[in-house]
Amino acid sequence: MGCVIQAQILVPGAAKGTLLVSQEPLSLWGGYDAASGEIIDRRHPLSGENGRGHVLALPFSRGSSTTTAVLLEAIRCGTAPAAILTTGGDTFFALAAIVAEEIYEKSLPILAVHEDDFNALFTGDEAELHKDGTVVIRAAG
Amino acid sequence: MNTTFTLPGNLNLTEEDRLQLDGGQGPGAQLAMRIITRMAAIQGATELLDIEAAHIDSSLYMGQATLDFAERLVSLGAKVRVPSTLNVSGVDEAGWRAWPVPSEWAEQSLRQMRAYQAMGCIPTWTCAPYQTEHRPHFGQQIAWGESNAIAFANSVIGARSERYPDLMDICAAITGRVPAVGLHLTEGRAGQVLIRLSGIPNEIQASDLFYPVLGHILGKVSGEKNPVVVGLEVEPNEDQLKSLGAAAASSGSVGLFHLVGITPEASTLEQALQGHEPLISIEIGMPEMRVALAELSTAEGSELDMVVLGSPHFSLAEFQQLGRLLEGKQRHPQVEFLVTSSRAMCLLAEQAGHLAALESFGGSVTVDTCILTTPMLPDRVKFLMTNSAKYAYYAPGLLGTQVVFGSLEDCVNSAVEGRVVRERSLWDA
Repeated sequence: MGCVIQAQILVPGAAKGTLLVSQEPLSLWGGYDAASGEIIDRRHPLSGENGRGHVLALPFSRGSSTTTAVLLEAIRCGTAPAAILTTGGDTFFALAAIVAEEIYEKSLPILAVHEDDFNALFTGDEAELHKDGTVVIRAAG
Repeated sequence: MNTTFTLPGNLNLTEEDRLQLDGGQGPGAQLAMRIITRMAAIQGATELLDIEAAHIDSSLYMGQATLDFAERLVSLGAKVRVPSTLNVSGVDEAGWRAWPVPSEWAEQSLRQMRAYQAMGCIPTWTCAPYQTEHRPHFGQQIAWGESNAIAFANSVIGARSERYPDLMDICAAITGRVPAVGLHLTEGRAGQVLIRLSGIPNEIQASDLFYPVLGHILGKVSGEKNPVVVGLEVEPNEDQLKSLGAAAASSGSVGLFHLVGITPEASTLEQALQGHEPLISIEIGMPEMRVALAELSTAEGSELDMVVLGSPHFSLAEFQQLGRLLEGKQRHPQVEFLVTSSRAMCLLAEQAGHLAALESFGGSVTVDTCILTTPMLPDRVKFLMTNSAKYAYYAPGLLGTQVVFGSLEDCVNSAVEGRVVRERSLWDA
């Protein structure tokens, strides 16, 4: 049995993948290698993980304005996460997804979940995002 | 996918906004306005507001995607509506051949530079646009990209910009409109995280390292919130405030900080907090400062391949300060010494006679870009030293180098010695 979360849709879409979760925000510039999908911020807890095809859960993006450019390039290269979950109206992730729709007709769902729901997410769990903003989480194993 | 877009329910658009959205001002403005209105909906804006100027960080070449986006806008006839300065690009236009920059990267970056100029942007190519004649003024509504520039414009000048991500800043410049949210509005500018400095000696507060280290802490404790600092005893200069903002916008997402008694919206603590209670209150003393100082370095040994200064881009005053320190000295042959700045600032520094000492020292200058945004470093460079918290924060991830953070004087002395030397007596317990 999975648990169901109702999320706020920032950029709509359906996706599923294994969760990669951190409570620490991440700047994708200097934090995400668009060529490989590797998380490269050596000060971040997810350093060394690969985001490609995962459902990446981060409270928000940190720092640099260039996060959007890196995410757009990752979407173009096919190295982006399958979807991103945040805790608020993170505009940086959403913008990259919107521009990708406009110029590449590729979508990357971005959903905002309540902080309590976010805190119950764990790396390794399976997440299934639906177009209506519901997210089904199934614990690993 | 364009045809499926529907207007968000509670966003009120003016006739002029609708004209742009419907394509009445051309397909370039239409695409830009479609992106602005979708972002406005996500941000919960009920209306858009006019901006008077923009600073475009989208000029950075980050691979085919950023070039595709720029050239799409150009092909659709997009032009900026407000004076729009350009941030750093992916390449030093005239100087890239002096470094091992791949020619394919340079060509793509140059194409992207041309695309933004074709849209009518001003080729300033700097991440410190607040130190040019395009500096905004207090209260002015602007749309700026580049995290350090946003922090400076909001905090030190009192201009009003949200934290604009790449790709959105140019849409704001093309439409002249932005969602009326966040730091554009008075209520979004209230201080939220109160930081009290305690037991930090004035000699430390006056020293070179204090502001970037404090900025590093502000970013870590504030996240996306607006920090307010009380307890500063020594009046900072502009370049110290610049280094504070750049650090806070690297370790965190600070778009506005208030320093009580110093920055323009913080004559008093009450004014900075707009009469509210802070969400969090934190005391910072020497133990926290020492931890933060240590966090900015990843290397502990004395190996050194390169000293790099100028993130944000070096100012005229910084060139002058550096020139004095370099006089009569020579760098060690094994240590590269690089300053990154803008063309305009280098020209001023040269005319003022501040570059002569740098040249005889054996140092060099890169303009238009920086070591983080153009692949210029020789492979042999594994250990960097810098006085910039921003370089220190990003170099390990972006360049795969180890980094040592130190004062300007430490950087110069280390370049001469050929190994890391740091004067720490002031900071040691």
